[in-house]
Amino acid sequence: MEKLKLVVVGNGMVGHRYIEELVDSGLSKNYQIIVFCEEPRVAYDRVHLSSYFSHHTASELSLVKDGYYEANGIQVYIGERITHINRKAKRLYSDAGRELDYEKLVLATGSYPWVPPIKGNQSKDSFVYRTIEDLKEIENCAKRSKSGAVVGGGLLGLEAAGALKALGVETHVIEFAPVLMAEQLDQQGGLQLRRKIEKIGVKVHTSKNTLEVLTEGDTARNTMVFADGSKLEVDFVVYSTGIRPQDKIAKEAELDIASRGGIAINDNCQTNDPDIYAIGECASWNERFYGLVAPGYKMAQVACAHLLGKNQRFEGADMSAKLKLLGVNVGSIGDANGKSEDCKSYVYQNDDEEVYKRLIVSKDGRELLGAVLVGDTSDYGNLLQLYLNKIALPEHPDSLILPSHAGGEKPQMGADALPDTAVICSCFDVTKGDISQAVADGFTSVAQIKSHTKAGTGCGGCLPLIGQVLNAELEKSGITVNNHICEHFDYSRQELFHLVRVGEITTFEQMIKRHGRGYGCEVCKPAIGSILASCWGEHVLAPQHVSLQDTNDNFLGNMQKDGTYSVIPRMAGGEVTAKALGVLAQVAEDYKLYTKITGAQRVGLFGAQKDDLPTIWGRLTDAGFETGHAYAKALRMAKTCVGSTWCRFGVQDSVGLGSRLENRYKGIRTPHKMKFGVSGCTRECAEAQGKDIGIIATDAGWNLFVGGNGGMKPRHGDLLASDLDEATLIRYIDCFMMFYIRTADKLQRTSVWLENLDGGVDYLRKVIVDDQLGINQQLLSTIEELIANYHCEWTTTISTPASLDRFAHFINSDQRDDNVQFVSEREQHRPARFDEKFPSPKGDILHVELEYEA
Amino acid sequence: MSFVSVCHIDKIFPGTGVCALIKGKQVALFRPSDNAEVFALDNMDPFAKSNVLSRGLICEHNKQLWIASPLKKQRFNLETGDCLEDQSVSIKSYPVKITDGTVAVSL
Ligand SMILES: Cc1cc2nc3c(=O)[nH]c(=O)nc-3n(C[C@H](O)[C@H](O)[C@H](O)COP(=O)(O)OP(=O)(O)OC[C@H]3O[C@@H](n4cnc5c(N)ncnc54)[C@H](O)[C@@H]3O)c2cc1C
Repeated sequence: MEKLKLVVVGNGMVGHRYIEELVDSGLSKNYQIIVFCEEPRVAYDRVHLSSYFSHHTASELSLVKDGYYEANGIQVYIGERITHINRKAKRLYSDAGRELDYEKLVLATGSYPWVPPIKGNQSKDSFVYRTIEDLKEIENCAKRSKSGAVVGGGLLGLEAAGALKALGVETHVIEFAPVLMAEQLDQQGGLQLRRKIEKIGVKVHTSKNTLEVLTEGDTARNTMVFADGSKLEVDFVVYSTGIRPQDKIAKEAELDIASRGGIAINDNCQTNDPDIYAIGECASWNERFYGLVAPGYKMAQVACAHLLGKNQRFEGADMSAKLKLLGVNVGSIGDANGKSEDCKSYVYQNDDEEVYKRLIVSKDGRELLGAVLVGDTSDYGNLLQLYLNKIALPEHPDSLILPSHAGGEKPQMGADALPDTAVICSCFDVTKGDISQAVADGFTSVAQIKSHTKAGTGCGGCLPLIGQVLNAELEKSGITVNNHICEHFDYSRQELFHLVRVGEITTFEQMIKRHGRGYGCEVCKPAIGSILASCWGEHVLAPQHVSLQDTNDNFLGNMQKDGTYSVIPRMAGGEVTAKALGVLAQVAEDYKLYTKITGAQRVGLFGAQKDDLPTIWGRLTDAGFETGHAYAKALRMAKTCVGSTWCRFGVQDSVGLGSRLENRYKGIRTPHKMKFGVSGCTRECAEAQGKDIGIIATDAGWNLFVGGNGGMKPRHGDLLASDLDEATLIRYIDCFMMFYIRTADKLQRTSVWLENLDGGVDYLRKVIVDDQLGINQQLLSTIEELIANYHCEWTTTISTPASLDRFAHFINSDQRDDNVQFVSEREQHRPARFDEKFPSPKGDILHVELEYEA
Repeated sequence: MSFVSVCHIDKIFPGTGVCALIKGKQVALFRPSDNAEVFALDNMDPFAKSNVLSRGLICEHNKQLWIASPLKKQRFNLETGDCLEDQSVSIKSYPVKITDGTVAVSL
């Protein structure tokens, strides 16, 4: 049977979601699906468009898994636009000259930025903010500019302003109305937002009507001329003055168009031609089009359900939103401007903390009609549920927005209060009932719920709520989630850490006697050894700890596949003197060590026999080297670029900072190894965003990224704070280190830890920057003690002759391990393979990979 | 059965292992606690074919004691030499005798 031809025009966020719906419902098997994608790449996450500037790869924003379309037999024409629809012949025409017949047609053409018709809006210094290509152009222009202005102080305008700021140009926002974000905020909220934005250095100009942009100026390339006679010189202008539905080809094909624009659709998302659907920002339902992604996703679902013959309807959408603009948290729910009849308001304003919150409630005080949140959106999730589900408000509605120090206990709505129909994740339309079902089906962690239901994988704003629902469900069904580290302790690493600290426990024996059972194992022994070291900073080789350590910690070197060890001295920040390098070279020569630059910007010597280690290190420490902790779960290094002292692009001294940081934190035992990176400018040559702690210089100071990772599962760090001076930067890193040490799971890198942290980097910021838990003083004093306790483990070991006996290979002989043999290769040598040592017999059972410093 | 004396038990720190050279063979000796109890196994990790087991961590699973290889963490039973991860693999274990603090092994 010939398959019916279904053509989707537009491969944006909604067009792609529609295809996913087709695939998930099995419909992709009945239809031959063809997609026209005008942009030069398949669908990407436009909502997070701005992160292109911080992450810089288009592929990271992609919404389409590699091979997804191919695997599902979907034909995509990339970079091809449909120019004309012939409805009578049911035929499409593309700008590449293609002609194609369709049986069903879906228009998902999105919208386009509307630019006001002012003189000069076409100049080469004029831009819009909608696609990755737009961003590339803006970035290029910013490189040769000192200043830029965004026309439009709405949601997208402020988003664009944030991007300009990040690009390092002086940033202006020009708004026609007297306040910012007039659509989502009331006047006070807009003012609060303005104060916060101005504080970070963005210049805000309200009540300004731009008449013209002249392509000349004294201090910049262009001059903006305003109706009040004032002028502003800037190098370039980004227009963010609203969007218009992309309905051109529909209009030409004489489909019904709504009076304010947009392709008119019914509740099934059909146009007046029953074989043509329209979804997303190009569609208008009830004379209204939606500039957010969630309503578009809902339309995609409805249109797919309609093809299946199911009765689902689009019934309008809620436009509430929680955003982060220029680092400011902003939330808007329902009737934010209090325009409903007879409504009343509760307002909380705190100028110290720059927080403004307002509730708009019905006259009888029972129903929430709207809310504005600026500076603190932690109440957003709860308020939205109260609003959407029309849940009766508590007696004193203001208690919902008052801070905890106001005394009154915040009424906990609790996940239990929500009906099963409550939509928890509006991006993917996942209800509380769906999550309950998933829990009943055995998905019992937030990560599992995310991958099973997709909830929380869109904007992520609902993650805390997912956690609440999950916990409530788990509690109800009596499931306890076991995070015990092993069979000997019924505790997580975090709980063990607490027990050690609070009980002032100093040995494994005390610990297992008091809180565990049995003998212990290869999991709990090193874990507790590391906790003891992080808590009390004792020498890892103190006799009472020797039996707890992995061989690497025990012999202060990384064991290699043949039982030899690596020798890696610290070269803080990647610096090493010629003289020290000479000593290193001589040692390598004398002990016949294989020599390589490791991935951590330092020199590694490989193939050292255990009994040589003390003399090798004796010579190295005499020359001023210290241990590099390449064997330890601790800070390895701070990778640096050359920085402003030498590099002509650098704006700060990255090597100096990297070296100071490395020396500050060296030796402190952490749940897993840690790597730092420090870049001297935004070119990011140190690849700091792929490190546990990444620091990037700005003109004004340092930006601090946390939770990055290379390795098996690369992850870019999240920006924790920007433009910090060195003292503040160090204070934040101090707190970060200790908070990670205290709360992470065993062998959990910061990237995974951060992803599992409820509330993610926003929560972390509250802890570290705002000291919300009130523990920072404690964190700082603990880390000061650990830093003060530092000593080079090799120096200590060598100066304790009794501890050197253990380095002999045999307890009863001076001989060496004759199984350690080398074969020469590329002018050095490597461990001999089994078949090279024993030419005839069977080969290895298994290859053991060399453990580099990766 | 002839036992070869190796060393005094105090030379083996409780909770750790050492390697002994006995008649040209590498034997790993383990002392799980401060009791006078020592186990002897081949020192060679049969997976990596490297002489490293004496440098592993002593651990308890299923109420028995094992040594976890320092390379890839496969575990070998201290009494029998059987591998927990792969039953087709086992290493040799040897009888140990302790007299007046002297540890002796029979190959
Ligand atoms: C910077 C920015 C930040 C945003 N932040 C948020 C946010 O925080 N929350 C939120 O909900 N929403 C946000 N949005 C809005 C959100 O991105 C849109 O709602 C969403 O992308 C709409 O999806 P769509 O598929 O309808 O349109 P689009 O994603 O615009 O996709 C339409 C696609 O169709 C293509 N196309 C058009 N005509 C044709 C043709 N004739 N032939 C072939 N292809 C064609 C276009 O080139 C485009 O690629 C933001 C938007 C921007 C720009």
